[in-house]
Amino acid sequence: MSRVVVTGMGIITAIGNNVAENLESLKNRKHGVGPILYLETSHKGEIPAAEIKFSNAELASMSGIDKSELYTRTALLGLIAAQEAFDSGIGKYGISDTKRTALISSTTVGGMDKTEKYYRDYLNNDKYSHFVHTHNCSDSSMKICDHLGLRHKNITISTACSSSLNAISFGARLIKHGLADRVIAGGTDALTKFTLNGFNTLMILDKEHCRPMDASRTGLNLGEGAAYIVLEAEEEARNHGKDILCELKGYANANDAYHQTASSPDGYGPYLSMKGALDMSGLEPSQISYINAHGTGTDNNDLTEGLAIDRIFGPDIPPVSSTKPYTGHTLAAAGVVDTIFSILAIREQLLFPNLNFRQRIEEISFEPIKELKPAKIDHVITNSFGFGGNDSSLVLSKY
Amino acid sequence: MEAYIRGIGNISPQNSWDNADFPGETVLYDNNRLKCIEPDYKEFIKPIQMRRMSRTLKMGVAAAGKCLRDAKVEMPDAIIVGTGLGMMQDTEKFLTAIIDNDEKFLTPTSFIQSTHNTVGAHIAVMLKCNKYNLTYVHDSISFEEALLDSLIRIKEDHSEKILLAGIDELTDDYFTIANNVGFWKKDINGNTDLLNHNSSGSIAGEGASFFIVSGEEQPDNYARFAGVDIFYKPTSDDETENFIREFINSRGLELQDIDLVITGMNGDMVGDNVYKRMQKRLFDKTPTAYYKHLCGEYYTSSAFAAWLGVMILKTQRYPDDIFINDHKPSGPVNNILIYNQNNNTNHALTLLSAC
Repeated sequence: MSRVVVTGMGIITAIGNNVAENLESLKNRKHGVGPILYLETSHKGEIPAAEIKFSNAELASMSGIDKSELYTRTALLGLIAAQEAFDSGIGKYGISDTKRTALISSTTVGGMDKTEKYYRDYLNNDKYSHFVHTHNCSDSSMKICDHLGLRHKNITISTACSSSLNAISFGARLIKHGLADRVIAGGTDALTKFTLNGFNTLMILDKEHCRPMDASRTGLNLGEGAAYIVLEAEEEARNHGKDILCELKGYANANDAYHQTASSPDGYGPYLSMKGALDMSGLEPSQISYINAHGTGTDNNDLTEGLAIDRIFGPDIPPVSSTKPYTGHTLAAAGVVDTIFSILAIREQLLFPNLNFRQRIEEISFEPIKELKPAKIDHVITNSFGFGGNDSSLVLSKY
Repeated sequence: MEAYIRGIGNISPQNSWDNADFPGETVLYDNNRLKCIEPDYKEFIKPIQMRRMSRTLKMGVAAAGKCLRDAKVEMPDAIIVGTGLGMMQDTEKFLTAIIDNDEKFLTPTSFIQSTHNTVGAHIAVMLKCNKYNLTYVHDSISFEEALLDSLIRIKEDHSEKILLAGIDELTDDYFTIANNVGFWKKDINGNTDLLNHNSSGSIAGEGASFFIVSGEEQPDNYARFAGVDIFYKPTSDDETENFIREFINSRGLELQDIDLVITGMNGDMVGDNVYKRMQKRLFDKTPTAYYKHLCGEYYTSSAFAAWLGVMILKTQRYPDDIFINDHKPSGPVNNILIYNQNNNTNHALTLLSAC
């Protein structure tokens, strides 16, 4: 079965509108968390978030859309990131035959940004009825396909915060089984009142800048963003003389099967997903050069993820960091955002720091990386864990 | 890529819970909203849990339980769910609370249970199933995407026993919202003559259709998923026709090997024309059926169609009121093609074959 490689990527987060800008921010400790400016919420000034600092109209003009009022923010973010991925992995090489190019996208709340605004109208009149269809999670995927002219498999996944890693794994499987030549895989989620209030009622939003892997952590910061990567078979990429960004060597999906929102005390699901991805890659734990942790900053996640890392890698833990303090938790997009950061770590041979770390969590053996550091990086594990115990991990390798 | 169907659990607006007397009499409705005939949940859910569970979740858990029991499988190797709208009841509850109370005095339960993966996740917790768990959420092809994943998994390991589902619930709010955008016919007072109205829209429905699928051949398997494929926005009927032809041919069959086509015709005069044109091009002499008068229109109704097809293959009997042309199967039904599409955008084909 063919090896699956990454040949393109695109991203928009609070720390940049494209891959280059995100990399610059990562290198310069420039984070995107701050007071809420764009989301119309009564929590403005009280809860910080990592918003993308553009209005919908500005995002629309960035993506070349002239009817911004017909697009949800989730779709606009998706268009921008997917276009960059498409250009860098497909367009740049002059490939116009996209007949067998699939899109696998993901989102947690779909077009909730419009639904929460117009819900009363939806129920009582047809004033905003053109938005009703945009509530569906498939809406942003369909808009992306329309935008890029894709008419092959158009797939949408929703497994809460692990969604986009599952989109990437499923993309790899489609390629391995010859069911698509190329896959654009990733996810998109805009900041919404729905998710902001949801996480707030769970009391897992930090009112300050989040502190993943730190003993004093009190919660996460929500973010928003979209990111996509282009996957294809190694020989297909080589035939087109493509710059291969990395190889996707392993992936796994497991379920913690413990509770709808809380992780099991020993992080069994996270253990299974990391172990599964490692097993598929054929690598030993000692060969992993960097772990890009899910590391949201919640008490529960960081402890159980840390315990699972200790169980697999202890006592020689590879460098670990969470990049959530840069982008906030971008929900469905989180997995692919971290995947791109992991690819950048491999490409740049740089370890990105875990901002705001001060004190080790007592129950776990390691501290995350605090400073930007050049390092030999051959193999990276990245994790994404979500509500419903959905846990996924990838192994990405230098090509 | 194929998989045997070893177990079934189906909650629908028809009497599909106990399949012993399939096809039975069609359950008739006198309006444009078909509601699931719900089973006694007590057999599958403890009363203390039941209070916190939405209808979708109850239907999902019960149908999963019934399906596992039917297949004599205690622990599936994967749980793969398709749902178009996910957990509408909890989503609406949390959303309404946000709007009504200006983002104050909220409680987390409905938010926690609003994520689209809740059904698959809840089943995993109940079974303590740590295995592969995925939820597909793509419009009218959510079930087919879950099926595609299942068939790929079985190709990767044919011993796997996968719990595969299509599930969507029709809430009061969603019925109203969809009504406001013209989803439902106003000129109809029942489900018997769905195709005889020269109007747009359909009738509303819902359902929870669960299957255990596996690569292992067993004498008591129901039938076999012999293939699935999806495609997006054909630019012409020629393209759609080619897609259907290639789908059938690539599975080693000719058009005439299809004994029955089950279409997603739903009474919408624009959407139904897509099927009619394909029928004329490809299946003029093939018995052709529809199913949405039985279950109503909803995003994962093709999972109900799969149940119907599976039962026809297993029993070689069928409801009399499903045919849309004058042809009925003249001999044994061995191959059934299910063709469902939504507004000529998302198209899906599923091939079901006798074991």
